[in-house]
Amino acid sequence: MLAVTAIALVRLHSLFAAAMLTGIYSLLCASLFVLMDAVDVAFTEAAVGAGIITIMLLGTLALIRESPDSKEPHRLQILPMAVVVITGAALIYATRDMPAFGDPYAPAHQHVAPRYIEKSGAEVGPPNIVTSVLASYRGYDTLGEVTVIFTAGVGVIMLLGHRRKDRS
Amino acid sequence: MRRNPVVSEVSDLLVPAILLFGLYVQFHGDFGPGGGFQAGVIFAVGIILYALIHGLEKTRKSIPDNILYVCMALGLLLFAGTGLISMFLDGEFLNYSVLGKTPLAGQHLGILLIELGIGITVAAVLITLFYAFAGRRNK
Amino acid sequence: MNWILHYNYWVVIFLMMTGLYLVFARANLIRKVIGLNIFQTSVFILFISAGAVRQASAPILSESITSYANPLPHALILTAIVVGVATMALALALIVRIHEAYGAIDDDLIHRQNGES
Repeated sequence: MLAVTAIALVRLHSLFAAAMLTGIYSLLCASLFVLMDAVDVAFTEAAVGAGIITIMLLGTLALIRESPDSKEPHRLQILPMAVVVITGAALIYATRDMPAFGDPYAPAHQHVAPRYIEKSGAEVGPPNIVTSVLASYRGYDTLGEVTVIFTAGVGVIMLLGHRRKDRS
Repeated sequence: MRRNPVVSEVSDLLVPAILLFGLYVQFHGDFGPGGGFQAGVIFAVGIILYALIHGLEKTRKSIPDNILYVCMALGLLLFAGTGLISMFLDGEFLNYSVLGKTPLAGQHLGILLIELGIGITVAAVLITLFYAFAGRRNK
Repeated sequence: MNWILHYNYWVVIFLMMTGLYLVFARANLIRKVIGLNIFQTSVFILFISAGAVRQASAPILSESITSYANPLPHALILTAIVVGVATMALALALIVRIHEAYGAIDDDLIHRQNGES
């Protein structure tokens, strides 16, 4: 399903439909995350992807009012396609060394994760381990990320916000 | 903008529910799925829905830009401030165990505070983004 | 059959390459941003699938459950999604300004204008 939606995104002519399809794509992603037991992430992806991204894409489209060049049909370009196929083949070759999906003994589950799962109830408290990891164990990361969001907000304000003052 | 009574009525019903749900997600994040990031996003979506239906100007009057700018910084400062307070109370930066009587209570309080900070910042930034994109057209 | 167990990576790689192709082949800047979005989502899926454990449940502590999915990638991706939106908004804002300056959001047209002036 995701793959079909992605291909449709490549082929679509109209930017408006592409924006809508991005929302659908995000919702599909969210359901995939639920299947993989990541409820927190699915929650965020559904709210963000289907809501905010679509609204912002539509807002941008309304601002620039569809430039004429996007109407001509898209033809397949050979060089980018070749690069993409070769890179993809190399990556697929590399997956032969990766742990199998859902393997409980994969290296990713050996390092700090068992400690989070076993001790976070006693050390931090909340039953939701994701919250404890996010807010307590990796507080620095989260602080940095909130700062990134803040900075992006300031950047957008500077780019789009105060035009009127410049004019007057 | 053409007003559709059905859309307007339904959104009036939905917006308070969405905002309430956002608050629930904010403060229930310790126990179920949820937390500051999701709550901020949901809260912002509720406001944006209101703005889409009732017009940007009306929303801007009730939630002016200045308040949003202050909130953006306030959330971040709340987060960093919690870290600093725990540092002054003989802990490390962002070590909440020293905030309460027992380490667990301290952790709980600390997580609650920084999740609140995250939620405020995320909601304010997203609403500001919407204002910026939607308000550009009207000039 | 061992290789069939890697299908999650195949999906990720396919999506990643689709996004990359959009960035490469399309001149339209908004499409490039959508391509980047797809690329980004593929990375999310990669992380989450790396955190998935067979027959495990969501990482919310409860007495009746013994096996949890790895919570670390969840926490990382959770923040990454919101950060991704913020940066995407920044990219779209830049596109709007580019459109105001050049009257186009097409790569080739912008280059042509730069060459002439």
